[in-house]
Amino acid sequence: MIERRDFLKGCLACGVTAATVSVAGTNAMAAGSFEGYPDAMGVLVDLTRCVGCRSCEAACNKEQNLPEPDQAFDDLSVFNEKRRTTEKAYTVVNEYQVADKETLFRKMQCNHCNEPACLTSCFVNAYTKTKEGAVIYNSKVCVGCRNCMIACPFNIPAYSYSSPLNPLVKKCVFCYDTRVKEGKPPACVDICPQQVMTFGRRDDLIKLGHDRIQANPGKYVDKLFGEKAVGGTSWMYLSSVDFDKVGFDAHMQNEPIISNVKDFLGFVPMVLAIWPALFSGIHLLATKNKDGHHDHEEGDHQ
Amino acid sequence: MKAFLARNPNTQLITSLRKDDDKGRPWTLMEKIFLGLTPQQYLSQAMSNPLNWIFAVIFMIGIPVLIGRYIFGLSWAVGDPYDNAWGLFLAFGLFGMVPLSSSGFQLGTAVEIFGRHDLEPIERLGLLNGLLGYFFAVMFLMVDLGQPWRLPYPMVVSFGPAAVLFLVAWHVATYLSVQMAEVSTSFFEWMGWPAGKTFIKKMTLGLTVAGIILSTLHQGALGALSTYAPGKVHPLWYSASFQWLYFFVSSLPGGLCMVIVVSTIAIKTMQWRCDETFKNSLEKLQITLAKGASMGLITYLTIRLVGIAHDNKWAYLATGWGAWWMFEIGFGVILSLALLTAGVRKNSATLVRMGAWTTILGVILHRLNVYMFTFNWQQGHVHVPPWREIIITITMYSIYIVTYRAILYRWPILFKWKTRYSEYAVLEPKPAAVASAAQAEACPSGK
Repeated sequence: MIERRDFLKGCLACGVTAATVSVAGTNAMAAGSFEGYPDAMGVLVDLTRCVGCRSCEAACNKEQNLPEPDQAFDDLSVFNEKRRTTEKAYTVVNEYQVADKETLFRKMQCNHCNEPACLTSCFVNAYTKTKEGAVIYNSKVCVGCRNCMIACPFNIPAYSYSSPLNPLVKKCVFCYDTRVKEGKPPACVDICPQQVMTFGRRDDLIKLGHDRIQANPGKYVDKLFGEKAVGGTSWMYLSSVDFDKVGFDAHMQNEPIISNVKDFLGFVPMVLAIWPALFSGIHLLATKNKDGHHDHEEGDHQ
Repeated sequence: MKAFLARNPNTQLITSLRKDDDKGRPWTLMEKIFLGLTPQQYLSQAMSNPLNWIFAVIFMIGIPVLIGRYIFGLSWAVGDPYDNAWGLFLAFGLFGMVPLSSSGFQLGTAVEIFGRHDLEPIERLGLLNGLLGYFFAVMFLMVDLGQPWRLPYPMVVSFGPAAVLFLVAWHVATYLSVQMAEVSTSFFEWMGWPAGKTFIKKMTLGLTVAGIILSTLHQGALGALSTYAPGKVHPLWYSASFQWLYFFVSSLPGGLCMVIVVSTIAIKTMQWRCDETFKNSLEKLQITLAKGASMGLITYLTIRLVGIAHDNKWAYLATGWGAWWMFEIGFGVILSLALLTAGVRKNSATLVRMGAWTTILGVILHRLNVYMFTFNWQQGHVHVPPWREIIITITMYSIYIVTYRAILYRWPILFKWKTRYSEYAVLEPKPAAVASAAQAEACPSGK
């Protein structure tokens, strides 16, 4: 009878495991077709209007109480190289040479995805997509695995590596607590002297973007970047040149990042359901009456 | 130790619970820790081992750097890698060590599930190799995490169940306890606690099947983690459909070959610790393991190629990254496969051992390629870890080797402990009562 008892025990052990992890499969599978909250806000960025004054960087720095920058905000030599967001700068503007004498500037910050890769990759659920559209971060639970930095298709989250006791992910939070929650536009949008950015309901901004493309034939490429990329983002862009010329990944998938992981997640329930029975069964077949030898007698001494 | 035993051929090392003379008095814990030598003798053999001097130098430099990482922050050790957030600690320490530790579940399965009792002399080494590999992968994680003291958070404070890493965290934690239970039988024998061993033995089948499930899923999950970064991992190393299979399938030969390598090192450097059964059967066992490993490798090679064909990525092979990919496959997979199969056919342990080395190097190279070398390949530069990160990695790995060796020296892994519990129970009046109490605990229904 030992075999049957062990078989049941095996099944029980596996059942407990199944209970712990099967949630992983189901939740992620259900998350597939989320297209954003209906009244989520967003920002439409028109690259053709930006003059590279960097006042948005300064406004962000002040609003988010970030440390003094290494180079002053009126220092235009920063454009000599391509910068990315850091723990000290949640938004940066880069300059791109797009034609012989033509340059475009692009502001970079968190795009606040509808189905954020940072959120779906976080094992402590530190990220939240609010109904206003902001992707915010809970520093109280972050373990510091930095999977969000690996997962973000825009390479946005930075990490305060230098802090020994409380290192945290640092990224744009759409000025959620101070502005967007109350319906006010984020600091960078507010300060912009060129009206590069338009703050509004994401649905309205999609219409506005396409209207602007139609109203100005030849001015823009016929694409609103962020309308579809990685499942849609709250921040969207209009450009006069192909988007890969201004630092976007033109081949970015339209499905959310989590869709790549589903092949694996779909396999999880199968393993949990089939393996215990399969291997316990093989055990019974492989060891039954084999040379009259019993697997578990060695330790028993009754 | 080898040199010491050559000088003192009459030394009696502890291989049993009780002394032969002295009316069968059990060895004390201190005696067992010093292997039956006096502390002076033990120290003198340790000093005469050149490897210990190398470790001394590594620790003298490495331990202060390791401590510095916690005092001055992560950036002091690894810089500010915003784009390549996972460096050597994870790419090597976690993603590289875990596949080489799949030996625990494979040997457990072969012996306990498939009834391959011929593999028994090497089963315990396989289990221990698994346990230590996972344990040190977690230690590497503790070095890498920004806030390692929050490691239990995904278990108790805040849950992100849709994340692959959530599955990895739970599985590795669960599997670590499963492996501790599996290896604990050796520890209980060594300590002389038969009740513990009896208790664990009763759960063997459940533990082993749990080990298969957990291993299948988290070995695969370590690959699935990179499917969060489709544009960042180079296309030759990326496949949404096959990624988790690459990681799972390569972990099978990886784990078996790690046991071949470790057992080879053991037989060469600590023959005194191996019993006759182990010594006499080792070459045959290694060839058996190599058979399994070659089947894993040929499957792995096939799916790596099918993955390229599936997404039609052949054109990338003509690039520089393609050459690097062909090197990884040529050296780590095809050469390994040739050496292992030749070794099996010619019955040559030497060839098998060479093939085992190239296999584990190939598996580690694959993990480094996915998570470090090709990561963000479009940015046009390869992430090179700073020197402190390299030193800490070498230090952690040295601690792993020292721990591994210390256990092999003492616990009955490479030799059989010379006291059967049936005899032991007769000699000692107490343990029988303890054992039956433990049984009652194991079956609360009172069966």
